Amino acid sequence: MSPTTPVLEVRDIVKTYGGVHALEGVSLSLSPGEVHCLAGENGSGKSTLIKIISGVERPDSGSIVIDGQAHDHTTPSGAIRAGIQVIYQDFSLFPNLTAAENIAMLSELASDRKFSSRKRIRAAAESIVKELGLKIDLDADVEDLSVADRQLIAICRALVGEARVLIMDEPTTALTHSEVDRMFTIVRRLQERGVSFVFVSHKLEEVLQISQTVTVLRNGALVASGPASEHTARSIGKAMTGRDVSEERLVSELPPEAQPLMVVSDLASEGAFRDVSFTLAHGEILGITGLLGSGRSEIAEVIFGVREADSGTIEINGRRHKIRSIADAVKAGVGYVPEDRLTQGLFLERSIADNMVAASVDSYRNKAMLLDRKRVRASIADLFQRLRIKARDVQAPVRSLSGGNAQRVVIAKWLDRKPSVLMLNGPTVGVDIGSKEEIFEILRAQAAEGMGIIVISDDVPELVSSCHRVLIVRAGRIVSEISGADIHVDVIQKRMAA
Amino acid sequence: MELLRRLRGANNEGVLLAVIIVVVVAMALASPAFFTAGTFFALVRSSLVPLVFALGVLLVLISGGIDVSFPAIAIFAAYTTVAWSTEASFDPTIVGIFAIALVIGAALGALNGVVIARFRLPTLIVTLGTQGVFQGILLAYIGSTYIAASRMPQSVNDASGALLVDIPGAGFLHAMLIPVVLIVVGVWWMLRYTTFGRSIFAIGGDTEAARRVGIKVVRTQVLLYVLVGALAAIGGVISVILGRNANPQTLVGTELDIIAAVVLGGASIFGGRGSVVGTVLGVLLVQLINNNLVLLGIPSTWQRAAVGILLIAGVSVQAIATARARRHPKAMLEEELVKA
Repeated sequence: MSPTTPVLEVRDIVKTYGGVHALEGVSLSLSPGEVHCLAGENGSGKSTLIKIISGVERPDSGSIVIDGQAHDHTTPSGAIRAGIQVIYQDFSLFPNLTAAENIAMLSELASDRKFSSRKRIRAAAESIVKELGLKIDLDADVEDLSVADRQLIAICRALVGEARVLIMDEPTTALTHSEVDRMFTIVRRLQERGVSFVFVSHKLEEVLQISQTVTVLRNGALVASGPASEHTARSIGKAMTGRDVSEERLVSELPPEAQPLMVVSDLASEGAFRDVSFTLAHGEILGITGLLGSGRSEIAEVIFGVREADSGTIEINGRRHKIRSIADAVKAGVGYVPEDRLTQGLFLERSIADNMVAASVDSYRNKAMLLDRKRVRASIADLFQRLRIKARDVQAPVRSLSGGNAQRVVIAKWLDRKPSVLMLNGPTVGVDIGSKEEIFEILRAQAAEGMGIIVISDDVPELVSSCHRVLIVRAGRIVSEISGADIHVDVIQKRMAA
Repeated sequence: MELLRRLRGANNEGVLLAVIIVVVVAMALASPAFFTAGTFFALVRSSLVPLVFALGVLLVLISGGIDVSFPAIAIFAAYTTVAWSTEASFDPTIVGIFAIALVIGAALGALNGVVIARFRLPTLIVTLGTQGVFQGILLAYIGSTYIAASRMPQSVNDASGALLVDIPGAGFLHAMLIPVVLIVVGVWWMLRYTTFGRSIFAIGGDTEAARRVGIKVVRTQVLLYVLVGALAAIGGVISVILGRNANPQTLVGTELDIIAAVVLGGASIFGGRGSVVGTVLGVLLVQLINNNLVLLGIPSTWQRAAVGILLIAGVSVQAIATARARRHPKAMLEEELVKA
């Protein structure tokens, strides 16, 4: 620890919501130029702590010390004035305004100006972008820029607003490998200028590369804290969940007599990918990975009938299927858990039970063409238990669930249809380590019963632990196929970016 | 390519201008009577009131809302002012008439704004409700009778007769063109060069993000609806002046045509996008069609259908453009270019 005064310190923060302890006496200290990793599963109290630091919530007791001055709470504008800013996962940018205007917005508003000048805004944005050595099209609307660029814009905006402490929520989740490297270079440059960072993340391997200090929360209590050099992703994972999480390969080899289940030949979709051919065997878990925009998601979208194929064939169980719509795909026995499960995969206001049977409700018709409620209830109870969903009961609305549990509900919805092929896109994005493990356990169990599973993901370690084979997509083509013992994190990452 | 993009404009204003030119050429070819100063003057005259209303609608659309109460505010403010000066036999001069109407309009707008911003209610529903309330109060308590020019204050009659350009036999340009042009320029300037104007865009882009960067969302929205109410009132007074009568039953019912013109002008119904130039062009196109469809040999009964078709076509063009942008993500195209 450096001997300088911490720029920010929280001491013995306690916060309760309706009698439930969200935080019980958590302390944390941040020196100028330090990168601090704040880890914890969903519901561990990370978000509450950030809300208290940024002034959105008031602690029940404890103090927040900024530059040696103790306060019992802060306000959102007070925190920003003190140089503490949060970059949320959605970045809170204006999609309809230019990059330059987004960058300058905060300082323009802070200086309480009545008039706006394009020249002044442009100059302010240009100077910070130049200072950080970035290449961003300042005249482009933010909605036309990549996620990585948007994040850089959010960082620039905070710096123009004179931030000294940047709290970033899941900073690497939406970025590819090379984009993460680029962001870390900038973080290091800012560290030299004395800017401190708090990274709140599930992706521990990446964040550990750059952090000096680690704090781990579990159920609102501090369970581990210390220099990052004394920790590994594994030890933090253990502290987070309270149990050992392994990253070894957990799949058993496919029996050699496994029959092909789905055969995709010469599939092409204009502007997305071409010449895509592969087979999926009964009981196989196939990983598809690649950079964002490589075409990896579009392949699944074509197989599921969301997007049109220009040529190529799809054969399932030896029968050729023309898939032109989602209904065709479902009939052919294909299920798809989309990337954005909250908006595309769930009815958020409805109960867990309703969501589970939403896709299969037709199969519960009785002779009178009415719903056989007894059978519906039995299925729901079975799925609820099998997928280990943590909720009060099956009537709880899906909105109240954590990321990991919401994902289980989507998976349950498809399992209830008993598809031959289940495709999942980014199944563990925003899901904590414990849930992630369990979700893959469920998938492995389904595969063992003969279902074919395709996992599209850029979380390489999870592909390594659970896939029989991994296909790598680059610029719209399958460039590599790795199987069995050759599946390693380094191999995959190298081939993705090359 | 770059030139083409610039000509097209941020909100397809260039496309709209091209459509207007095509329509004008078609009409000129179809009828020699079209290409005259008279037709042009008539187009300008019929666009004045819709344009003032359209600017109010534009502001609300950019902020992410939809307002259908503006015609009710307009006629409420204008009729109340005229009825009051008629009954009191007091002529507050034309500036006074505008000023009184403006205060009434701003007050009604403030009511919209407070309900919408304070309670975070959907704008369409709130303004649908206030439209009925304003119209009802006007008819029940203030007056439901038609006031003819002969009974109106002298200053209003004088304004009705004030012409800017008068070519005997060909037509005339009304003096009300001047305040309308000033308003157009004023709104354009406000949207572009004031923090308030940029805040409206920001709120329309992402309200939560606006709150997080420190924009005073409630205050900005209330102020916005006050301004929109005042604009509606001015439009109402101009419509009374041009129409030479004050009829409490008019204007309400025209809101969809105005909203259609603004959306045609490139404003997004989802908020955050829109321009004054596009709005002016959108209003001109709708008026051009309303006034002159007959010249193309199409019965005037088809006017509403034509505007409806235009609206759907305009919105489809926007939707298709967005869908295409999604289908070809930039990053991937670049990568392919690098490979090639």
